[in-house]
Amino acid sequence: MRRVSTSGRILRVVLVVLFGLFFLFPLYAMADFSTRNLLRGGRTLQAWKNLVQDDALYAAIVISLLLAVFTVVLMLVILVPTMIWVRLRAPWARGMVEFLCLLSLTIPALVIVVGLRNVYLWVTYFLGESALTLTFIYVVLVLPFAYRALDGAVSAIDLRTLSEAARSLGAGWATTILRVVVPNIWSGILSAAFISIAVVLGEYTIASLSGYQTLQVQIVAIGKRDGPTSVAASLATLLFGFVLLLVLSLVTRGRRRGTLEAAVPTPAPAAQPGG
Amino acid sequence: MSTAGKGLGRRLREGLPLLPFLAFIVIFLLIPTVTVIFGSVYADGAFSLARIAALFSETPLAALWKSVLLSGSTAILGAVLGAILAWLIVSSPRTSIFRRAVISLCSVLAQFGGVALAFAFLATIGLNGVLTLWVQQHFGLNLAGSGWLYGLGGLILVYTYFQIPLMVIVFVPALEGLREQWREAAVSLGASTWQYWRQVAFPLLTPAFLGATLLLFANAFAAYATAAALVSQGSPIVPLLIRSALTSEVVLGQAGFAYALALEMIVVVAAVMIAYSALVRRTARWLQ
Repeated sequence: MRRVSTSGRILRVVLVVLFGLFFLFPLYAMADFSTRNLLRGGRTLQAWKNLVQDDALYAAIVISLLLAVFTVVLMLVILVPTMIWVRLRAPWARGMVEFLCLLSLTIPALVIVVGLRNVYLWVTYFLGESALTLTFIYVVLVLPFAYRALDGAVSAIDLRTLSEAARSLGAGWATTILRVVVPNIWSGILSAAFISIAVVLGEYTIASLSGYQTLQVQIVAIGKRDGPTSVAASLATLLFGFVLLLVLSLVTRGRRRGTLEAAVPTPAPAAQPGG
Repeated sequence: MSTAGKGLGRRLREGLPLLPFLAFIVIFLLIPTVTVIFGSVYADGAFSLARIAALFSETPLAALWKSVLLSGSTAILGAVLGAILAWLIVSSPRTSIFRRAVISLCSVLAQFGGVALAFAFLATIGLNGVLTLWVQQHFGLNLAGSGWLYGLGGLILVYTYFQIPLMVIVFVPALEGLREQWREAAVSLGASTWQYWRQVAFPLLTPAFLGATLLLFANAFAAYATAAALVSQGSPIVPLLIRSALTSEVVLGQAGFAYALALEMIVVVAAVMIAYSALVRRTARWLQ
């Protein structure tokens, strides 16, 4: 593909322009539509102000942000120790853990929500009726993305040597994980967290069919009376997700190079793990 | 006997820390799935195929057909156009900001768009859409006429908008797996660019391409948010039929019909994904 003919180059430019139009025009249209003054013509920022001024919408944004935070925390608490343990002590379970993490890719969210009623009767019995109980099911939704991000980072370090070094210096498991392993897989944790936030902020299926007022549910509800506000909120979530993932791709690149340069030490002739 | 007992004890000790994770998966992923499967063959405490049989009545069959049509057409459109876009992206340098921006945009649109994409197209070619108004002013045509955006045609357009980016994400690694040496080898043996693509690259990429097409099919078949936000009345496709079965509970006079519809979705998606993983395994042989 080094020597590209003129006609090939023209074709390429034309294609890029066409794809660019197809993908960017709807986004431009959202910006235009959401700033249009439907009553008097001209421009207005009212739809964008509504993001914080409309009480229902603002409340839904807060709920969705809280859900994102809770989901990230619970996902990390469940997944990180499990993945570390599987690599160090229970390699026989690695295939199973991976399979279970990726399983929710093949079971549509719609199916989960149909079968969820019994489980959620118990959840709301113990924890009360709150949109925040969606955290549990969102953790399942983000597992495949989070697993891949974390798996990449954990594979890049010499986990066994690091943990044996920490343990032989007297660190307990909690210290080993929090102060030795976690700082070394920071890029993976960051990726998992960012992707999870994007998933949670965009989730509509489960929230709407369970009857909770999250951001996306509220966007649809408002859309029936106030188009521009819904469009503004939609564009805001898309842009937020885009910035999140772009920053991530810039940050993790630098990070990963950093980890590699910090040179994974060559494993010492394996001493048997003690205890 | 004692060694076996020891092995078992060790397994248990090793497995214990995995329990929170396993319990979580069982409660929030496996139990709902099993509930769906049992719910579709058990009615009032007895085995019954009535709910499954109801799948073969007129409304659900029509919805299934339209879902297949929607998923199939957008999978093919998305796969072909997405492969072309992936090829354009791969020829730019790996670390360029252009490429990172395009890939980030693709993953946002492909995986997290949902409701927002419905509103993107409402703002573009809806009744008061930007493009609709512009075309009306300059050409006197009504793009939004007859409300096609809310029917199958509109769904195909909006789904293509997230299928192409998904194809890009899945297909870029396959294109990157094509090694420069293979092209050099072909060229040094006297092949033209066309012959290289026709006889080397295409055959190598075919399993990855077909696999990605299947993935796109499953993705469209299971998608709910975009369609739900766009189509507020009627249930032309399976996911929306599930919505009306869930919210009314008495559709077709059958409570629990949602279970059977969800089972139908599991079966279709599982079949497609099994074929997908078979194709991916074939691709993985040379993608290392």
